[in-house]
Amino acid sequence: MTGLDFDVAHLLAGMLVLISFLELYQDRLYALLNVFALHALVLALSVAWQAFIQDAPHLYVTAALALVFKAVIIPVALHRIIVRLGIHREIENVVGVGPAMLTGMALVALSMVVMLRVTQEADPLAREDLAFALSVILLGLLMMVTRRNAVSQVVGFMSLENGLVLAATGAKGMPLVVEISVAFSILIAFIVIGIFLFRIRERFDTVDLQALDRFRGERR
Amino acid sequence: MTLWITLSCTAILLLVAVFAVAAGREAAATYVVYGLCALAALTSLLATLQHLLGLAPPAIVTLPLGIPWLGAHFRLDALSAFFLAVVDLGAVTASIFAMGYGRHEEAPLRVLPFFPAFLVGMSLVVLADDAFTFLLSWEFMSLTSWALVMSHHRLQENIRAGYIYLVMASFGTLMLLLAFGLLAGPEGHYTFAQIRAAHPTAGLAALVLILALTGAGSKAGLVPLHVWLPLAHPAAPSHVSALMSGVMTKIAVYGFVRIVFDLAGEPAWWWSMVVLAVGGFTAVMGVLYALMQHDLKRLLAYHTVENIGIIFIGLGLALAFKTYGMATASALALTAGLLHVFNHSVFKSLLFFGAGAVLTATGERDMEHLGGLIHRMPQTAFVFLVGCAAISALPPLNGFVSEWLTFQAILLSPQLPAWGLKLLVPTVGALLALSAALAAACFVKAFGVTFLGRARTSAVQCATEIDRFSLAAMYFFAALCLVAGVLPGLFIDALAPISDALVGASMPSQIGTQWLSIVPIMASRSSYDGLLVFLFMVLSGTFSAFAIHRLASDRLRRAPAWDCGYPDASPATQYTAGSFAQPIRRVFGTVVFRAREHVDMPAPGSMQPARLVVDLRDLIWDALYVPIALAVGYAADRLNRLQFLTIRQFLSLVFAALVILLLVLAIWP
Repeated sequence: MTGLDFDVAHLLAGMLVLISFLELYQDRLYALLNVFALHALVLALSVAWQAFIQDAPHLYVTAALALVFKAVIIPVALHRIIVRLGIHREIENVVGVGPAMLTGMALVALSMVVMLRVTQEADPLAREDLAFALSVILLGLLMMVTRRNAVSQVVGFMSLENGLVLAATGAKGMPLVVEISVAFSILIAFIVIGIFLFRIRERFDTVDLQALDRFRGERR
Repeated sequence: MTLWITLSCTAILLLVAVFAVAAGREAAATYVVYGLCALAALTSLLATLQHLLGLAPPAIVTLPLGIPWLGAHFRLDALSAFFLAVVDLGAVTASIFAMGYGRHEEAPLRVLPFFPAFLVGMSLVVLADDAFTFLLSWEFMSLTSWALVMSHHRLQENIRAGYIYLVMASFGTLMLLLAFGLLAGPEGHYTFAQIRAAHPTAGLAALVLILALTGAGSKAGLVPLHVWLPLAHPAAPSHVSALMSGVMTKIAVYGFVRIVFDLAGEPAWWWSMVVLAVGGFTAVMGVLYALMQHDLKRLLAYHTVENIGIIFIGLGLALAFKTYGMATASALALTAGLLHVFNHSVFKSLLFFGAGAVLTATGERDMEHLGGLIHRMPQTAFVFLVGCAAISALPPLNGFVSEWLTFQAILLSPQLPAWGLKLLVPTVGALLALSAALAAACFVKAFGVTFLGRARTSAVQCATEIDRFSLAAMYFFAALCLVAGVLPGLFIDALAPISDALVGASMPSQIGTQWLSIVPIMASRSSYDGLLVFLFMVLSGTFSAFAIHRLASDRLRRAPAWDCGYPDASPATQYTAGSFAQPIRRVFGTVVFRAREHVDMPAPGSMQPARLVVDLRDLIWDALYVPIALAVGYAADRLNRLQFLTIRQFLSLVFAALVILLLVLAIWP
């Protein structure tokens, strides 16, 4: 592997982590969706680059899937959902930007430490890739935890899945079937969640999860 | 070839189970299903006998079932052939018994489909030659027998029995799962051939022994893991009780023998001590529990616990002798244990059939409501008496032979070099003798209170003899008790290949001995001749009967039964099961069960009767199971709050768990 291949792969993966951070402090839903589309775009680029340097044409399919579904269809669909739900003006912040960013940095540090330690014999590209992927996953989870709105939780879930795809493509020899099935399961999850959002909305007049908890009659 | 036959028999039994689901409502289904079961089991039995008689070499079959890269391995060697023969023999007879007994079943659809499936489970456990197939069949056997236990599911006590059985069965399977996991090692060598070839380290083997003892022991009914057995066995229909008590517990013994003698490698010095101590404790506790019972089927179930203890004493002795290289003595002890496996399966099934017959005829299991059945059901009473004599280890029946052989092995213990064993084995011998004596007392109680005296309830007075199928099954087993007692040499010789394979030696051949006697070690030391004892008993019995009838007055007199100072009083004044057991309860129960008796004396002028109230406490249940149940209940109460978290709190929990695990990974050296 030449130096350039490695550097570009590294750059793209690093950009994914950076965009995850961007997602973390978007408190308006439109902006969040735009950043998510960017996230998916960079993922598609990264996967395509992997396809190029690994000489694995089936990864182009994965890249195309990521581009079409995650960078276009899902953001557009979520956009429409937000408009139809009439929540595009909502601002949400459960945890402040500062603590969220600090936690995010700690998570990235943790995933670096873990991955670089446990994969000492692995090939360096896969190693870095895995470390970045774990960071993206953890940041996605962090986003799901710190957000209240169901739509932004969906976005957190999707960016978590982007991290999984990044990890999967970084490892050589992942069969196409696995990737396609993962992609479809994400799509189905998206559809199901979308339907549920509307159902929830119909029933409760809101997609704020706190309201849902109130309806369940919980103490908090 | 024979293995294929037995495997196809299990396949046929599975088909019969499916058929029973479809046709269970038809009136003739009982005959058809049980008839097919009997035929399939008989075919399998005949095929297995070839292995048992040494006519066929061990057979191996691998079927492409189960885990893709593993397949399902089956093997029929001497050990599995013996246990398969026990299963099939019990299955044939229970099916014939059920052709008559099963007609009285209220909900046949709850029994008919599961009975063949249960037989399949037991056969496959014995045939399995890899850990996966073994555990799968084991669990299948547990689940189908659970379904049979729950067949009369509206009774509160059956629900409790089923629940406890399910918990204990899962526990046992978990232990066996761990044992096989340890044996298979990190590479996952799941076939028994691979496990046999690998030699586990001493620590690993010790863990495997403990896991096998608890796993198989919970299924077999070793004290203190026996709690489910006296609840679940009586709850099932009687022919199933016979199979569970007579055969399924033996499958557990098979699991133990297979793991400890065959797979786990060389035994360490302390293994036998654990097995012997547990066996001796189980034998005595089982019979003491049984003495306190007055439910006929539950009494029999507790006797299963006792007999499992006797079998484990035999196995423990075999382990002890094997550890110190005394192969002949080890073969003797192992043969004694395995012979008792066979004998117990025969007479315990017979006794459960008898209890089932009584239950059908009277609708009663409680001995305090029975009595005088020998007039109403003379044939059942006769075969039940044979079973009682056999289980009480009276010569010339089969129970005596195996217990006598166990004692012969115990008498060899002074030759053991280890002091611990030298002290322990005679203690266990004393426990064995005690349990044998108490068992005899218990069956005097069981037979006397149930069949002798006068009827205690009107239901018993109207009882009629059971149908021919059931009688045929019982007569067959009674005859087998006698044959195995009179000609034990045949059975001992059939067990020789097993001890050859497991401990490297076998008992001397018994075929050529004079007068068909058996000689465990050498003729100068000890020998037993069941045939001579039998002939002597028959001759002296005939002679004294003749003498009494000829020389004494032959005038028939009828006198009040049990006329112990209460002439013409109600049947309730007879000796009861409780009063019969009272002396033993006072001697042992005061300590073991905290038995307390007190008299409720009514106030002067009150018309109420005075009552003697007996308080029994099951200390094992109180000390072991109640705390566990309380702890689980407490933890469940605490964790219940987790059910009501918000979505974000759930997510945070998952997130925190992930981060903590990663932190551990990062910090771990």
